[in-house]
Amino acid sequence: MYENKEMRQVFGSVIEEMMGKDERIVVIDVDLAKANGTMKLREKFPERAFDVGIAESNAASIAAGMASYGFIPFVTTFTPFATRRMCDQIAISVTYAERNVKIVGTDPGISAELNGGTHMSMEDIGVLRSIPNMVIFEAVDNVQLAQALPQIVDYDGVVYIRMFRKTTPAVFGDDYKFDLFKADVVREGKDVTLFASGIMVAESIIAADLLKTEGIDAEIINIHTIKPIDRDAVIKSASKTGAVVTCENHNVIGGLKSAVAEVLVEECPVPMKAIGIQDHFGEVAKIDYLKKKYHMTAADIVAAAKEVISKKK
Amino acid sequence: MNKTEVINLQDKSRHIRRLIINEIGKLGVGHVGGSLSIVEALVVLYYKQMNINPANPKMEGRDRFILSKGHAGPALYAVLADRGYFDVSELDTLNIPETNLPSHCDMLKTPGIDMTAGSLGQGISCAVGIAKASKIKRDNAYIYTMVGDGECQEGQVWEAAMAAAQFKLNNLIGFVDNNGLQIDGTTEEIICLGPLADKWSSFGWSVQCIDGHDVEAIDNAILEAKKVQDKPSMIILNTVKGKGVPFIEAMGSANHSMPVSEEDRVRALAELK
Repeated sequence: MYENKEMRQVFGSVIEEMMGKDERIVVIDVDLAKANGTMKLREKFPERAFDVGIAESNAASIAAGMASYGFIPFVTTFTPFATRRMCDQIAISVTYAERNVKIVGTDPGISAELNGGTHMSMEDIGVLRSIPNMVIFEAVDNVQLAQALPQIVDYDGVVYIRMFRKTTPAVFGDDYKFDLFKADVVREGKDVTLFASGIMVAESIIAADLLKTEGIDAEIINIHTIKPIDRDAVIKSASKTGAVVTCENHNVIGGLKSAVAEVLVEECPVPMKAIGIQDHFGEVAKIDYLKKKYHMTAADIVAAAKEVISKKK
Repeated sequence: MNKTEVINLQDKSRHIRRLIINEIGKLGVGHVGGSLSIVEALVVLYYKQMNINPANPKMEGRDRFILSKGHAGPALYAVLADRGYFDVSELDTLNIPETNLPSHCDMLKTPGIDMTAGSLGQGISCAVGIAKASKIKRDNAYIYTMVGDGECQEGQVWEAAMAAAQFKLNNLIGFVDNNGLQIDGTTEEIICLGPLADKWSSFGWSVQCIDGHDVEAIDNAILEAKKVQDKPSMIILNTVKGKGVPFIEAMGSANHSMPVSEEDRVRALAELK
């Protein structure tokens, strides 16, 4: 039902549906409602969908205040502003004070494309992951996002939702059952595990297909919730395959690689390699170009998989 | 307000100051200056103006107070204790491990604290959110907040100011504790706030400037603010940091966070009489 829809359209329509049923839900924009698919909410819910202008820190604290009154605010903006510009407010007004606020960041990492380096958040997960008690979720596709949002509303706590805005390949089918705190086995395999998040899940599926032609059986696990990470799923898969590649659209410092490594180094150290942003800033270009330039393609995942397999004892 | 009420609130202010001196004095260090400067405003709010119920701190539809200058927590704790939110003896636990009374206000720990604050500039934004929420609920509550004058150097204060005006939050009544001092010196020599009343006014607020130690003036200003129809109100309280204890007042910006020896405590209580 979500085919050919942009992720922001799905976000906007699911939120609209939930707002109709649940009067606690509020959407706070910071002059990016048109970009994020939330503009139309104002027609139907003029009191509960509003803009605070280009003032992200104010948005986060206003959300915390509204949460004190029993509302469940979603603050929506681009990922760099959702984290860099709101960091202290998320830490103190929201998380330290245990306010039930949801922060939505769109255009993560290289998906900011022509907005370029200033708008490419390589650090948002790393920044937020070190704030105690935050839940960090990165959506893979429309089906997952649509199932995730009601669970995020039901969860009483701070959640950061990291999502692509535009059209993204469908990964999950209609039979998909989402659990906010359980990682998804996208494909079972025995030779190597590809732990992937966000737009890199689709890339890792292409990589797994390529590996298959070479007789390598890759397992793909989607870590959609990077914090708290599903430790059991990470340990189970890494124990089985004995080799790991992480695939993320974020700096390899502080994000998915770090989260996976933190589990494995304690529980079952195995050869590991990280595909992602190798600790540098972004620049203007389309995603495909940047994937190639930053070594984030399926071919790069294949090479990394072979390398970790060769290091198995 | 009649004369008896004025005298009662003045007496109450003196009593609260004694509680603050003892509270911080027993610990030996704390934010004395900015706690003493806001006493009259807190007393008028908590003993006269606010619709609250100490037996039910989370009463729906209650008026709320957000101390954006969260470091003045000891003043608010003294008022809350005296008002019956918790036992006055708990004031002796200020800032000791496992206390419910941490240096900066924490809504998860202290009955009667309506919002956590401590990182300056955030509390007034939270108050804007709370006032907006109250409008949606149509519960006719008044939301009060207090910022420091030094705090007005934070950009977020002015983001909040613009939003409150845009949303026509006439249920939001703010105070600036305009004591002219901050940690590193006077506000004038650090980053001058200039014509503060004009600033708030130009940001779309109804503004009054009064003597922040005159309980009658504070009460009247709140009554005036409640008459404002389509905008938030700011009451600029001209205050003295460390008010009520001459030797602490004389310390100037050094009284922001200061050691209080047993000798200082006894002397301060004596000077308060």
